[in-house]
Amino acid sequence: MVEPKIRIEKVTYAYGGKEVLKDISFDIMANTITVLFGPAGGSKTTILRMINRLNDLVEGTRMSGRVLVDGQDIYAGGTDVAALRRRIGMVFALPLPLPGTIRENVLYGLKLAGITDKMQKDTALERSLNQAALWDEVKDRLDHPAVQLSGGQQQRLCIARSLALEPEVLLLDEPTSGLDPISTRKVEESLFELKSQYTIVIVPHSTQQAARLADYAAFFLMGELIEYGEGSKIFTAPRNKRTEEYVTGRFG
Amino acid sequence: MNRHLAQEIAFAVLTLMAMMVVIPVFWVIWIIVAKGSSAISWTFLTQMPHDGMTAGGILPAILGTFLLTAGTALVAIPIGIGGTIYLAEYARDTWLTRCIRLAIVNLAGIPSIVYGLFGLGLFVLFMKMGTSIMAGALTLGIMTLPVVISTAEEALRAVPTEFRTVNASLGGTRWQGIRMIVLPQALPGIITGVILGLLRAAGETAPILFTVAAFFLPVLPRSPFDQTMALPYHLYVISTQVPGMPEEIQYGTALVLLGIVLSMNVFASVIRSYYRRKRQW
Repeated sequence: MVEPKIRIEKVTYAYGGKEVLKDISFDIMANTITVLFGPAGGSKTTILRMINRLNDLVEGTRMSGRVLVDGQDIYAGGTDVAALRRRIGMVFALPLPLPGTIRENVLYGLKLAGITDKMQKDTALERSLNQAALWDEVKDRLDHPAVQLSGGQQQRLCIARSLALEPEVLLLDEPTSGLDPISTRKVEESLFELKSQYTIVIVPHSTQQAARLADYAAFFLMGELIEYGEGSKIFTAPRNKRTEEYVTGRFG
Repeated sequence: MNRHLAQEIAFAVLTLMAMMVVIPVFWVIWIIVAKGSSAISWTFLTQMPHDGMTAGGILPAILGTFLLTAGTALVAIPIGIGGTIYLAEYARDTWLTRCIRLAIVNLAGIPSIVYGLFGLGLFVLFMKMGTSIMAGALTLGIMTLPVVISTAEEALRAVPTEFRTVNASLGGTRWQGIRMIVLPQALPGIITGVILGLLRAAGETAPILFTVAAFFLPVLPRSPFDQTMALPYHLYVISTQVPGMPEEIQYGTALVLLGIVLSMNVFASVIRSYYRRKRQW
């Protein structure tokens, strides 16, 4: 049995006194794409933000259970949260370029980590922009403001920005929700490329996208994990009736 | 009366009211310029007053106002901006932060003469600074804090939260996010607030009345513990306390004060519009 990259263990999560995740347990395997899907309000984003402890920024939350990355409880006392977040990159639903140039955006994480070596920065810049399928489009204007890029390019820039740190895990929260079909396809294609090196967890913006991407899929409904398994099975022969109803489009 | 006519009348009345905001400003400036510009000369700006202030220049008052404004900046900028960063970026909503906010609101509501008395009691007498630039700058500085804090907080809150989230997600500490993203983005707004606060301080009379201002002191201050003349108080003195003062000098002094304050104001506007055009979100 292969050790999972990430193990979510009996996690219950409450926000403002209301339970938004109820006793969730599942494993995320390395070098796969795991899709968290289901109708809105299923707290899929909360799970993503739990894995890099971004939920720490929110006040009034309560959590029980454990989240293990490589067998280590990331909520244990003494965890270096900044280092954890460098290992676990995140891409948000809307493209969020920081103020500044394309280059500054991609290298922001390295700057935070105190990396100043020019060679290292140049290598990371080209590698990550290539991985995000953006290099050819921006290589001649790396010092232009990032906001001049189109929405699709900005989102790939954000993916590159995460990849520049060579994280082990990449969390994506509806990364293509604001994009046109062509940009969406480019992002999806780069995800297929990336999974050989990274563990990818994604909240897709549609069930179709979920089916296209999933090696493994977890179906969430109202804060509960209804079904989890291999993507090929969940989208063709789900065991649970509610999963089947959702996947076939009868609700949601 | 038909609706069209009613609309015309309402429009005319509202236009008139809007005009009434503009008229006094230009009127004041016009009178001061018309009556005071003849007093402005190199001598007036660079000489000591003499003959009971009815002749010579107003250099010590000009310099005093600059020194006091600079001193105010030294007090208000670090405390104001540091405190604002704490309140806007770090502090959670606790009884302590609520106390701090309440204090700021109250500071803004205190009449300036009360600041003057407070400065006299605390800095001049209790802390034994004497009537001095130090005591005056501290008094003006405290008075300026609420302006600096409220504008700086607004500037910090205008920076999208998402930048802070992105910073955290890339392994940045809160302070790194503040230093590398939030502060640079908020800086123009903060600078504008600081300048607006300082120019208010530059024109105040009551807080410096008991803490620093000299009635007539034809030497330049040599240390922060010296007294100094200052433009607003000097204007008060020559307008009400000295008989036979040439009107020209009174208006000339007012013109210099107005010039300093207005040019700071214009400078603040220029900074604001320059950075607003450069802003990338």
